[in-house]
Amino acid sequence: MDDDNIFKALADPARRSLLDHLFQRDGQTLKELVTGAAMTRFGVMKHLKILEDADLVVTRRSGREKLHFLNAVPIRMIHDRWIDKYRERRVSVLLGLKTKLEKKD
Amino acid sequence: MTDSNATTQVYRIVIKASAQAIWDAITKPEWTERYGYGGRVAYELKVDGQFSHKASAEMKSFGLPEEIIIGKVIESDAPHKLVQTWHPLFDAASTAEPHTRLTYEIKENSGGVCTVTITHDVTGAPIVAGMVPGGGDPAQGGGGWPWILSDLKSLLETGKRMSA
Repeated sequence: MDDDNIFKALADPARRSLLDHLFQRDGQTLKELVTGAAMTRFGVMKHLKILEDADLVVTRRSGREKLHFLNAVPIRMIHDRWIDKYRERRVSVLLGLKTKLEKKD
Repeated sequence: MTDSNATTQVYRIVIKASAQAIWDAITKPEWTERYGYGGRVAYELKVDGQFSHKASAEMKSFGLPEEIIIGKVIESDAPHKLVQTWHPLFDAASTAEPHTRLTYEIKENSGGVCTVTITHDVTGAPIVAGMVPGGGDPAQGGGGWPWILSDLKSLLETGKRMSA
């Protein structure tokens, strides 16, 4: 699990859309994911491979079916490593100010 | 996860540690009190053996019971696979739900690295299903499996917790 793979995997809107589909309903087959996506079967397979390599998607066998599950752990780790670190008090004060000012409009 | 039909959740992390070290960190109380929400576990690592996760001093100060999670061992194959039931006692709503089923799998890869996969079957337990993915503030108890696994990785790889 390295950061580069995760960021690369998340950089593509089609792959983020596949993750969103799994967030809506976890444990889908390839066929189900193809049905929900605006992509060809080959496109979905290609993107799933990249998501699996980044450990963002984990597959499990259930009988004859291969189910795809969203693995939220790498996203949590990116959050802890890259987002928490920069989310200092100063930033939250500024965001609070922004919200206040925008509400007045 | 937002769908009530989704009854199985999968969490995976890669940790640079031996399978035995990871197994110990999951099953031994001197390890479990050092990461995640802390608290000491007691495992009878055999079929039908008892499992309990005891509250830490801090948890007890919040009024949590002596045992916060209980269960039964279904399969124990050290240091690679542990299957158990998992039933929280720290919150009345989830305690009223049926017991869930938790599987830990530890797979050795090359280079001294292991893949740890948690499969949590939360069939019939929507409150547990909504709780264990985390997504909230870990300090408020909203860390879930992703935060616990991430903390475990940090402890085993660096000797320090994430927040430390």
